[in-house]
Amino acid sequence: MNLYAAIFYLLAVILLVSTTVAITRRDAIHAVVYLMISFIATGLIFYLLGAPFLALLEILIYAGAIMVLFLFIVMMLRLTPSRRTGRDALSQWAPAAVLGGLSLILAAVIISADPATGPALKTLTAGPRELAQFLFQKYWFPVEIASFLLLIALVGALFLGRQEKKEPKTPRPEGL
Amino acid sequence: MIVPFSHVLFLALVLFLLGAVCAVARRNLVMILIGVEIMLNAAGLVFVGASLHWEHLEGQAFVIFILTLAAAEVAVGLALIISSHRRTGSVNADRYNLLKG
Repeated sequence: MNLYAAIFYLLAVILLVSTTVAITRRDAIHAVVYLMISFIATGLIFYLLGAPFLALLEILIYAGAIMVLFLFIVMMLRLTPSRRTGRDALSQWAPAAVLGGLSLILAAVIISADPATGPALKTLTAGPRELAQFLFQKYWFPVEIASFLLLIALVGALFLGRQEKKEPKTPRPEGL
Repeated sequence: MIVPFSHVLFLALVLFLLGAVCAVARRNLVMILIGVEIMLNAAGLVFVGASLHWEHLEGQAFVIFILTLAAAEVAVGLALIISSHRRTGSVNADRYNLLKG
């Protein structure tokens, strides 16, 4: 078992622990923060498995855009309970800090490694150029469909999120 | 490949089960959506591992489509959550019982 296999298993443990903690939190903000660590660990595993561009996309889109969108919604709807005690704040955030710091250290180890002895074999690593050429040569039509899907999602989200003027101001007590 | 493919599969399986448990057992709509995100993430992990195992780029190309799908799904899902929160004042799935006989 070489160094990279050890890093893989360590990342797998970080991934599973942070996901398990995330799905058991009562507070949605805590869940989102642990899930961010989980997605960063997934991105590092992608890098180890020879997909550096997908690792970048995973961290940018999942850990960046989607999780910030979740955080935004949780804060906007005020879902988080308002009890806040300053004393145990440190012990609350310590696991997140440990897991996040560990994954950042592993990221530094992986990224700063010598490319010649890099994670996957050199021929198996698909950089952005190879992936883009492959994607646009063989799968140009699904790419167009995916862009159309994003457009439909944008229109749908706009439609669902607009204010309804005719609705009564007071929310009904229960039921949709 | 630095680790056996079965280990990647097992990791993705456990991750998918965690996401499924979160999507089924939690009542908060935001947590249900988070569970769906975890499941999509596990599917992407399987695709990347398979892409390295069989040395084909199709797996990595498909992960890009999964990312697109996840982004679209989360945008529409969060808009739905806002819409239903505006109508009922709650994001608890058990409160949506108007049709209950």
